[in-house]
Amino acid sequence: MSADANSMGRQATAAPFAIELKGISKSFGPVQANKDINIAVPRGTIHGIIGENGAGKSTLMSILYGFYKADSGQIFVGGTLTPIPDSQSAIRAGIGMVFQHFKLVQNFTVLENIVLGAEDGALLNTSLTKARKVLKDLAQEYELDVDPDALIEDLSVGHQQRVEILKALYRQADILILDEPTGVLTPAEADHLFRILRGLRDQGKTIILITHKLREIMETTDNVSVMRRGTMVATVKTAETSPEALAELMVGRKVLLEVEKQAPRPGPVVLSVENLRVRDEHGVDRLRGISFEIRAGEILGIAGVAGNGQSELLAALGGMMKASGKVTLKGQDLPLSGAGADGQSRREAGVAHVPEDRHHHGLILDFAAWENVAFGYHNDPKYQKSALFMDNDALRADTEKKMATFDVRPPIPSLAAKNFSGGNQQKIVVAREMEQNPDLLLIGQPTRGVDIGAIEFIHKQIVALRDAGKAILLVSVELDEIMSLSDRIAVMFDGQIMGLRSPESTNERELGLLMAGMTGKTTGEAA
Amino acid sequence: MDYATLLQILDTTLRLATPLLLACLAGLYSERAGIFDIGLEGKMLAAAMSAGAVAALTGSAWAGLLAGIGASMIFAALHGIASITFRGNQLISGVALNFLASGITVLIAQALFAQGGRTPPLTGDARFNPVTLPGAEALRDVPVIGPLYYEVISGHSVLVYLALLAVPLTWWVLFRTRFGLRLRAVGENPAAVDTAGVSVVGLRFAAVGITGILCGIAGAYMATALQAGFGREMTAGRGYIALAALIFAKWRPVAALWACLLFGFFQALALRPDVVEAVVQVKVPVPLLDALPYILTVLVLAGFVGKAIPPRAGGEPYVKER
Repeated sequence: MSADANSMGRQATAAPFAIELKGISKSFGPVQANKDINIAVPRGTIHGIIGENGAGKSTLMSILYGFYKADSGQIFVGGTLTPIPDSQSAIRAGIGMVFQHFKLVQNFTVLENIVLGAEDGALLNTSLTKARKVLKDLAQEYELDVDPDALIEDLSVGHQQRVEILKALYRQADILILDEPTGVLTPAEADHLFRILRGLRDQGKTIILITHKLREIMETTDNVSVMRRGTMVATVKTAETSPEALAELMVGRKVLLEVEKQAPRPGPVVLSVENLRVRDEHGVDRLRGISFEIRAGEILGIAGVAGNGQSELLAALGGMMKASGKVTLKGQDLPLSGAGADGQSRREAGVAHVPEDRHHHGLILDFAAWENVAFGYHNDPKYQKSALFMDNDALRADTEKKMATFDVRPPIPSLAAKNFSGGNQQKIVVAREMEQNPDLLLIGQPTRGVDIGAIEFIHKQIVALRDAGKAILLVSVELDEIMSLSDRIAVMFDGQIMGLRSPESTNERELGLLMAGMTGKTTGEAA
Repeated sequence: MDYATLLQILDTTLRLATPLLLACLAGLYSERAGIFDIGLEGKMLAAAMSAGAVAALTGSAWAGLLAGIGASMIFAALHGIASITFRGNQLISGVALNFLASGITVLIAQALFAQGGRTPPLTGDARFNPVTLPGAEALRDVPVIGPLYYEVISGHSVLVYLALLAVPLTWWVLFRTRFGLRLRAVGENPAAVDTAGVSVVGLRFAAVGITGILCGIAGAYMATALQAGFGREMTAGRGYIALAALIFAKWRPVAALWACLLFGFFQALALRPDVVEAVVQVKVPVPLLDALPYILTVLVLAGFVGKAIPPRAGGEPYVKER
């Protein structure tokens, strides 16, 4: 640990802070996203910013990168007052940003993406030649290898992220902001990223790392600032804090990071999947012969890097995508194409589905909460008044009940779905699906974009449903979530299951290798 | 069909393909920047009327050309304000401008000249007249190549050559300059341009402006070169055909040239039913021949030419997000 070398006190006297924000406030209408934020980031350190969704981290960084203008407050870069009205000014001040969703042009080459906006002169040739050379130097210096002539769409997510970092370095950024950089990476890719970041820090660059993953903060940062509901709660040295203390600072109360659950008591097989195959509309095989079983009272976790067929698995089982193979639910065949292969029939058969993307598949954001609660179950007899009309009053009352059970805030059925926070939106979807008492629950990314308090709650509900004797298929890119919830873990890579493990007998390293498509047998590596 | 007839048809092809090509390149700039423009037709029509009217009033084809470009630029600016500044629906804005052009051109022409919504016939310097390319006379008697050069290549108005030159120029601008890189990027992922510190709005307005200029030339060509004056709805759907050609060409400049020549060829055929009859040995009804370019347009737009992937951010107003 180089904690003492990066001690905040020493840095402050030796050199001005790389970044200092004083009294930053920003409101969107009635919502105050940032309230009088003060933060000082010493030069040559990795500084973590942690907080729940909606705590104001992204807003603060967007202000720093000139995407938003603060209502009040001052920004100091390298000790001098620097107004940042737009991204151009941020770039000029030596600030680079790697967004959570990359800002790359998919059908451009790496080189074209790198020079875009930073060209030398009106003709491209000189810029491209220069960039090629600079890129080569950077690649050697920081382990940032990418093929300069590759198209972005042909690169893996990890490599695309490197392009984003290279873009910032090409613009001679001294301060690099990364927003949730590991969400789409394998553990090995994440490790590589952190190696790169440490290398950059050792060259004197300043890194600001925004994340909600406590482990990354603990392993990588020198200092960490915690945000809660638009305010800066604390800035501490990482070496002097603990994950539990940080979680408490984030939420404002003690949080259980571990999921408490009993040993599973598996019953008879509920879902049996044999040789499931999916080919998408471009003719690409997305699932290449998947087979597994889930028993009653069991959670099967599907781990894997996003985009390795997990979404298609959920879609095929949920009746949203055509597939081939054999799937039975309690001995009954589930049709995989043609009649009966739709979400409605699946729900009638006893399959509930919490889709991965709640904004596109789970909710209609402009519709009221009670209308959203009806989706998929709108033909349910208990919601019918007559043959022609739905019983909206019953539906509203039912929604109110579900909201109470699942602690949805605010508990107002007539409020449009878009006006709830991410965590509460997810609770609405989870409540709708779980309260139907399904035999099988398909649940994808249950806690994506959900705050810690709600994560804890949703995890408890999943375990409770399992203990009620239901079968659960859990798909998540969060390895921690898979490890703590699952009774068995299947790792997917490139449309196939690489292996089945039990959480007790495996570890993140082994799962990480499987996620990268390697068999994970250490003996195999030696041979 | 003899060689001379073929040359005549090719000559007509080139003349008829020119407004398509100009409009197609116009659409290319706009759509490559992410702004769909169904209003090429309206811009051409407005330009044709202005060019016809000003050429008739001043006796100068060049003044007419400038007036045409000006009118088209006004329409382009309206489309830009609606779809870039106010983030309106680009299709609706385009359709509205087409309707506006369709009505206002006849109205103004009637108010100015009272000739049933037409502008007066243009003669002499009020039209762009054919220019003979150097060496055309000398090479005329060389077998095969001579007549091709003399009949097909030479003897068009200066605007035809301008349109042809615009093809390599457009390619060069798009793929070899900073402006082109940014233009293509803003049509694919405006957020990438924005975060790189370049103005999305500025780039898109620049693109729409170029669209205005090229449509202006296309319209002026219709009224002051292809024909001698403006007539009601004289563009006759060429704006839409140009859009079809653009999709056919998959938004690439050189392919756009070939696509427009193909459409122009069909239009040229429609003018020579006798030749078609001689070739296919069946009497083809003239209305069917007239309809050929439009049928081809429908086929192209229905996707019979294979998958054409438009610029990814096309049609969507850019809104900054966190």
